[in-house]
Amino acid sequence: MRLLYFAWVRQKVGLSEETIAPPANIRTVGELAEWLGSRGPGYAEAFADLKRLRAAVNLEHVSFAAGIAPDDEVAFFPPVTGG
Amino acid sequence: MTTIRIQSEPFDVNAEIAALTTGRSDVGAVVTFSGHVRADDGLAALRLEHYPGMTEREISSHVRDAEMRWPLLGVTIVHRVGTLLPGEAIVLVATASSHRQAAFSAAEFLMDYLKTRAPFWKEESRGSETQWVEGRASDEERAKRWE
Repeated sequence: MRLLYFAWVRQKVGLSEETIAPPANIRTVGELAEWLGSRGPGYAEAFADLKRLRAAVNLEHVSFAAGIAPDDEVAFFPPVTGG
Repeated sequence: MTTIRIQSEPFDVNAEIAALTTGRSDVGAVVTFSGHVRADDGLAALRLEHYPGMTEREISSHVRDAEMRWPLLGVTIVHRVGTLLPGEAIVLVATASSHRQAAFSAAEFLMDYLKTRAPFWKEESRGSETQWVEGRASDEERAKRWE
């Protein structure tokens, strides 16, 4: 699974992207976010408050209830601020 | 004709209007909106990042949505990324139609969606301090009007 991080999520995690294989019991974006939060201090800070985060799977906005598959590209980021 | 570009370079509004109108006589209205960097509270610069691939896809889907709502003859969206200084233009939305109402409405619709759906993030710098801009509830409310 390819993971991408943007804006302050990227800064707190310390990576813009990584490829990982989460445990088999991680089936949704929300479960993935909680699991990522346990991977270290930077992750813990980035994923401390999921209400502050948004996610995309395979380049589309999704809710945290969305399912994930091993080959997905999953991105975590703050609410967007373009325009 | 739809043109979507994400670029660090400045854009030329007149050139973008010309690209929408040159060689055709059915365009009766072109509306352009450009957004610019304000020097609020001593802002020195903005840095914009985006999610390459998703940005273009997200904007394209909203252009297709706009084309289903209004009789458009062309849409151009240019969004800049990288470091921008106060006064510089960040974003251009240009919509062409036979009549003005469709062009005005589509430009507003596209801007509201760019603000709330397109994956861009702004970081402000003031002196040595940097701060990520937070999403605004008022922008979310504006985008909801179109649902």
